Amino acid sequence: MPETLMKAVQELEKAYEFYKNDPAFQNELDGLLKKYAGRPSLLYYAAKMTQDLGGAKIYLKREDLNHTGSHKINNVLGQVLLAKRMGKTRVIAETGAGQHGVATATAAALMDMECEIFMGKEDTERQALNVFRMELLGAKVYPVTSGTMTLKDAVNETMREWTARMDDTMYVLGSVMGPHPFPTIVRDFQKVIGKEIKEQLMVDEGKLPDVVIACVGGGSNAMGAFYEFILDPSVKLIGCEAAGLGVDNPKNAATIANGTVGVFHGMKSYFCQDEYGQIAPVYSISAGLDYPGIGPEHAYLSDKGRAQYVPITDSEAVEAFEYLSHTEGIIPAIESAHAVAYAKELAPAMAKDQIIVVNLSGRGDKDVAAIARYKGVSLFE
Amino acid sequence: MSRITKAFANRKAFIAFVTGGDPDIETTEKLVFAMVEAGTDLIEIGIPFSDPVAEGIVIQEADERALKSGCTTDKLFDMVVRIRQKTDVPLLFMTYLNPIFTYGKEKFLSRCAECGIDGIIVPDMPFEEKNELADVCELYKIDLISMIAPTSEERITLIAKEAKGFIYCVSSLGVTGVRGEITTDIGIMVQKVREVTNVPCAIGFGISTPEQAGSMAELADGAIVGSAIVKLVAKFGKDSVKPVSEYVRSMKKGIENPLK
Repeated sequence: MPETLMKAVQELEKAYEFYKNDPAFQNELDGLLKKYAGRPSLLYYAAKMTQDLGGAKIYLKREDLNHTGSHKINNVLGQVLLAKRMGKTRVIAETGAGQHGVATATAAALMDMECEIFMGKEDTERQALNVFRMELLGAKVYPVTSGTMTLKDAVNETMREWTARMDDTMYVLGSVMGPHPFPTIVRDFQKVIGKEIKEQLMVDEGKLPDVVIACVGGGSNAMGAFYEFILDPSVKLIGCEAAGLGVDNPKNAATIANGTVGVFHGMKSYFCQDEYGQIAPVYSISAGLDYPGIGPEHAYLSDKGRAQYVPITDSEAVEAFEYLSHTEGIIPAIESAHAVAYAKELAPAMAKDQIIVVNLSGRGDKDVAAIARYKGVSLFE
Repeated sequence: MSRITKAFANRKAFIAFVTGGDPDIETTEKLVFAMVEAGTDLIEIGIPFSDPVAEGIVIQEADERALKSGCTTDKLFDMVVRIRQKTDVPLLFMTYLNPIFTYGKEKFLSRCAECGIDGIIVPDMPFEEKNELADVCELYKIDLISMIAPTSEERITLIAKEAKGFIYCVSSLGVTGVRGEITTDIGIMVQKVREVTNVPCAIGFGISTPEQAGSMAELADGAIVGSAIVKLVAKFGKDSVKPVSEYVRSMKKGIENPLK
């Protein structure tokens, strides 16, 4: 972290330490989560998928049904509300697939904040629909043309912007990454996912899940789903990384599989990088998982053996994307499809009284055009 | 007295930055000699990084060019060995924490010492995290340069108390790059430093004209110029030695004879 930003992150830490225990703040946030975002999200028993795979019972945590179509809204409502309490009038954010950008633009519109979103130019092309959505919501979207023109470069550019203007501006970070206190704040705002899974499954099945699966880029939906279960040793936690064209192919973004320890974007964690510490130009079909690092708490869970991280390729994810669409009538985000892919692999080998919960972090409408392209189908809109 | 301390003794220092390996290592080497010849008191060599978050577009692009041309940390160490055989000018590496950390901090700093590097500047390592490198720097007698920014306020005292070599005083909010005007009250920042240490203060970020360099050096002990030099390298490539040399000469003059 540049010295210039230290004041901003320390100010944020101080404010968060206060507001996280402030009943008025928590009440307002709860209200927004219930009445605006639509929480709690459903825990859906995927009976057809379960029957088809012939093993463990599969439940889907339907974060895709939240307002704006993904888990990102949980964190953003918290952070923008916090920014507002801190007297900020402008929020800036990075986005990969556009889900965090859309969520931030939404919360900014709701809470009367100016909003500017930084998005890799390549991602603005892959996710053109989300760019227009953000603009409809009143945000300004800047295509980032530096570096690999994807998520990490969008983070770089948002940090640079924050360095230039922090008096009235808050950086609303989208994942459990970056400098302290962001990984903690984002985890705290996302842990509602795991809390609800536990309560809902207790009602439906009267027990804990055996496995919780989530996709991991920076790792916010996974951390949100895992956190409640960290102290329940019987619950296996599995994060699915984007392996792109395969872990042995340079075109991948599987940080735990291929990364080494580094210090970047204000955190010490695993990063895909070369022997000289140059950050690798990672790749995934999913713009939201296309990040060369992973949140530091995931690195910790991996080192401790508490969570396991598995690589899922583009083709496995696309197959799962189509599978869930056919089987359950639910089109998942291509990010979430990475988690569905691993559930497909795991379920048949498990007993019928065991339970897998897949965190369906987002909906797939935004990916339809990209999947068509991937399959060589040309769409005329 | 260290080479860095000597460079600030009895004069205002002109500090020049150039990105190592842009457009190639040969040119960087020539540029360093030419800048020394033109009166530069300290030289900062940037080890290019894929994601330089503290840099504006000029140095970002220089880093990209350098990495594309095949520049590596090892090649820059070799270059410094050759430079050190011919000059006593204080040499500093400026790079990000990850290239140092991944190279191995022990190995990195021991090589710095062997090659004759006098100090390192790590713009993404704040005061609170300096123990990542401080002990090893101490061991190899490399000055770990501290930075203070317009937002540092009460942190200035904290940082200045433990500063080594010189203090890099960031003139403005934002990233590196040429600025028409510098609006921060630098005088107050320098005064806070002076209250707790004799370590000299050099001002950087946004300085490009001899007039700016002169007035900044008046307020402190030296001026740092990066993007304006790198811009010339971007424009003239392998033929940048002469224009950079002329430019540095004019800047040095601006510092020695500031317009009143």
